[in-house]
Amino acid sequence: MPQVALTVNGKKVTVDVEGRTLLVELLREKLGLTGTHVGCDTSQCGACVIHLDGASVKSCTMLALQAAGRSVTTIEGLAKSDGTLHPMQEMFREHHALQCGFCTPGMVMSAIDLVQSHPEGLSEQQIRHGLEGNLCRCTGYHNIVKAIAAAWPLMHGKTMPAAAE
Amino acid sequence: MAFEGIGASVRRTEDQRFLSGRGNYTDDINRPGQLYAIIRRSDRPHARIVSIDTKAAAEMPGVVAVYTGTDLQADNVGGLPCGWLIKNKDGTPMAEPPHPVLAVGKVRHVGDPLAVVIAETRQQAKDAAEKLAIEWQDLPSISSTQDAIAPGAALVHDDVEGNVCYDWHLGDKEAVDAAFAKAARVVRLDLTNSRLIPNAMEPRAAIGDFDRATGEHTLFTTSQNPHVIRLLMGAFVLHIPESHLRVVAPDVGGGFGSKIYHYAEEAIVTWAAGKLGRPVKWTAERTESFISDAHGRDHVTTAEMAIDKDGNYLALRVKTLANMGAYLSTFATSIPTYLYATLLAGVYKTPAIYAEVKAVFTNTVPVDAYRGAGRPEAAYLLERLTDVIAHDTGLDRVALRRQNLIPANAFPYQTPVALQYDSGNYQATLESALKAADWNGFPARRAAAAAKGKLRGIGISTYIEACGIAPSAVAGALGARAGLYEAANIRVHPTGSVSVFTGSHSHGQGHETTFAQLVADQLGIPFNQVEIVHGDTEKIPFGMGTYGSRSLAVGGSAMVKAMDKIIAKGKRIAAHLMEASVADIEFKNGSFSVAGTDKSKSFGEIALTAYVPHNYPIDELEPGLEENAFYDPKNFTFPAGCMVAEVEIDRDTGVPSVVSFVAVDDVGRLINPMIVEGQVHGGVAQGIGQALLESATYDVSGQIVTGSFMDYTMPRSDNLPSFKTGNEVTLCTHNPLGVKGCGELGTIGSPPAIVNAVIDALSEYDVRHIDMPLSPQKIWSIVAAGPKRKAAE
Repeated sequence: MPQVALTVNGKKVTVDVEGRTLLVELLREKLGLTGTHVGCDTSQCGACVIHLDGASVKSCTMLALQAAGRSVTTIEGLAKSDGTLHPMQEMFREHHALQCGFCTPGMVMSAIDLVQSHPEGLSEQQIRHGLEGNLCRCTGYHNIVKAIAAAWPLMHGKTMPAAAE
Repeated sequence: MAFEGIGASVRRTEDQRFLSGRGNYTDDINRPGQLYAIIRRSDRPHARIVSIDTKAAAEMPGVVAVYTGTDLQADNVGGLPCGWLIKNKDGTPMAEPPHPVLAVGKVRHVGDPLAVVIAETRQQAKDAAEKLAIEWQDLPSISSTQDAIAPGAALVHDDVEGNVCYDWHLGDKEAVDAAFAKAARVVRLDLTNSRLIPNAMEPRAAIGDFDRATGEHTLFTTSQNPHVIRLLMGAFVLHIPESHLRVVAPDVGGGFGSKIYHYAEEAIVTWAAGKLGRPVKWTAERTESFISDAHGRDHVTTAEMAIDKDGNYLALRVKTLANMGAYLSTFATSIPTYLYATLLAGVYKTPAIYAEVKAVFTNTVPVDAYRGAGRPEAAYLLERLTDVIAHDTGLDRVALRRQNLIPANAFPYQTPVALQYDSGNYQATLESALKAADWNGFPARRAAAAAKGKLRGIGISTYIEACGIAPSAVAGALGARAGLYEAANIRVHPTGSVSVFTGSHSHGQGHETTFAQLVADQLGIPFNQVEIVHGDTEKIPFGMGTYGSRSLAVGGSAMVKAMDKIIAKGKRIAAHLMEASVADIEFKNGSFSVAGTDKSKSFGEIALTAYVPHNYPIDELEPGLEENAFYDPKNFTFPAGCMVAEVEIDRDTGVPSVVSFVAVDDVGRLINPMIVEGQVHGGVAQGIGQALLESATYDVSGQIVTGSFMDYTMPRSDNLPSFKTGNEVTLCTHNPLGVKGCGELGTIGSPPAIVNAVIDALSEYDVRHIDMPLSPQKIWSIVAAGPKRKAAE
């Protein structure tokens, strides 16, 4: 059985996998990182989004072997070691941007990438467009959009440029 | 410390684990020595199973067992039961054909399970399932509701004549006929209520476990009501006594009704774990969910309203054909009857109503309750019909509603379709929503949109629902085969912190927060000293679970009842300690005091005394402070409200965009307004989904065309606007909290508001009605055909 070596949440791991094993299966079943969820089988729902070298990726859409030598961050790797939540996690809680919690890990990972990749600011329309790859059946997205807008200034350390609002 | 009692938008306790990836959903659980089950399902809509050859599959690497329907039958496994008996017009019982756990003899829909392969790994089970050799004999199939009753239609069940499950009615036919005879006008509307797929984001999953040493079975499952599953599966399917069957529904990723029912896979993994002596796990792939989770809605209806010359409603006549799918799901039969026809008065004072409902079998996935369940179908019918009456008569649609609303001083109000509304103020929610939506300013917005080349429309709906399900005696008289109370156990610990064990189940509703607020408020203790425990039959008292917006109204009331017992006992302990009469003890803000004195004891002191009873009335009172309560509601609750939607249509593409949405609801007292608002948002999003995007579609050959998220259009963030919400409050009069429920109103009130808005946007084309979903294709065809001259009235 082939082996894959990668970094997950800052820790180097080496795991035996089948050639057909998906990255999300590696995370959930081999490493016990069950925070990353599987909500569909057609790469539509985004419940499995993780960061691969800092960029959001649907972990059901790549093979575990393709992650060789790369660095993966999952929802479990976001909070500080003392338990302090990432500002995006904190804003999701503050703005009631989650209900059943199932889409939440993927939603948070996508949202962080969205904010990081828009240092110029984000309008509501841009946030909604940026979340197209993540399905939520509970919240109607309203509070998720609010949470992301509220996380932007915390992540960038300044107020959102007026033009973006 | 900030106020955290009733009425505060306390941030949710459960969020910490969900946000940090520490949720504990069924598929996150793995048991030592666990095997994996893959279900082989029918890819035929209707066929005889000539043979299933399991040999090649059984010989595949890692395979431990392969079972078919005959194996289960030989082991005396029963069929999946239906929980509600409906009687025909003539008093005879409905047709109730068998619903085997694994198909025997025939398959009846694409997705019908017919074999299970169990192996050491999921992939091995999947590979082996491909090797099952099945010989079929295809049969003609029924894929649409109307086709089920066509003369000479194929029979889904050989002994169910004409595919009719039941032919039922409600109301006063003679009074309705008489009113129609003298009406100035009758307005008729034919409409369908589209078939939907609930699609909770967490696919269903189940793990069966069996301890050979103790004989105890455990089922972990994605359920909204673990006790109901234990009862149905234990008593009817697997014949396991409750004492040896534990059902755990851990964190559940959304339900919306689809996780109420007892599903085949739960019985399969529990049974197989018992046979094999090893845990067996099954997790649905999404494609499998589309063809095995119960679907929702699917009505074909003709509605007629008799009106006088001024537009006053005189009588309503409704004829509905309701699709049950291929088998009866657990509560399927009650939805188009007691949760639909009983709501046909809506918020209107229509004096006479007669409804006929025929439920039919088709070769499609079983249909059952989906968020709203029957009530959205009733609201959609009434609110579309009201707009069509306005269209046909030229009356103003808001004025028409105002004049027909049940007046605020008419409560309690007895409808002609069995329900008695206890409280409400429909004028208040209507006027408040019109104001919030700036209804009067709409012409200017329409003109501005027209200047950009867009068609803009505004739509309204005034809805009601019946929630807080349900008074057991009433439900029983109507055919329910279960009680519908809720249970609570309140355990006060020696230092005064509290564990609450509830039969209600949270799968997104935030019970761990709302219930803790309620208990902290009533007992006068800090919010963070209350723990809410739910979802495990080994821990909680026998409870009926969560559906029908019942958790707070019924489950919360059970907690109040248990707390009343706690406080009553606390008073007796306090009276002893302070040497006063029990009648003189008052309990307020967490302390027991002697009236008219400064003597008092805190809740914590009383709790400690109960557990360390050194100075205690031990001859007349048991130590300890823990109470159980079962609460059976006296009536349904009746949340109601008004929603106003505005849409813009792109003339070139026919794409409708929801540009504004206002919901003003009366859900009674609010415990956590933030959570209530979130429930409204989510429900409205699903309702907009039904109105514009979603539809479970079968082709004529019986194959499902919308079998994945690539084909079934789920609402995404850029399909929806931000919502404006508001509340008007009238209290429920018959439960101790005055609460009505808020889980379903969004899916009930929003579809007609959206459809009415789109049809208003198309007013220059004189459109009377379009069936949901209002796809760009349907809208574009109307726009492309060009404006019509209004037909002569």
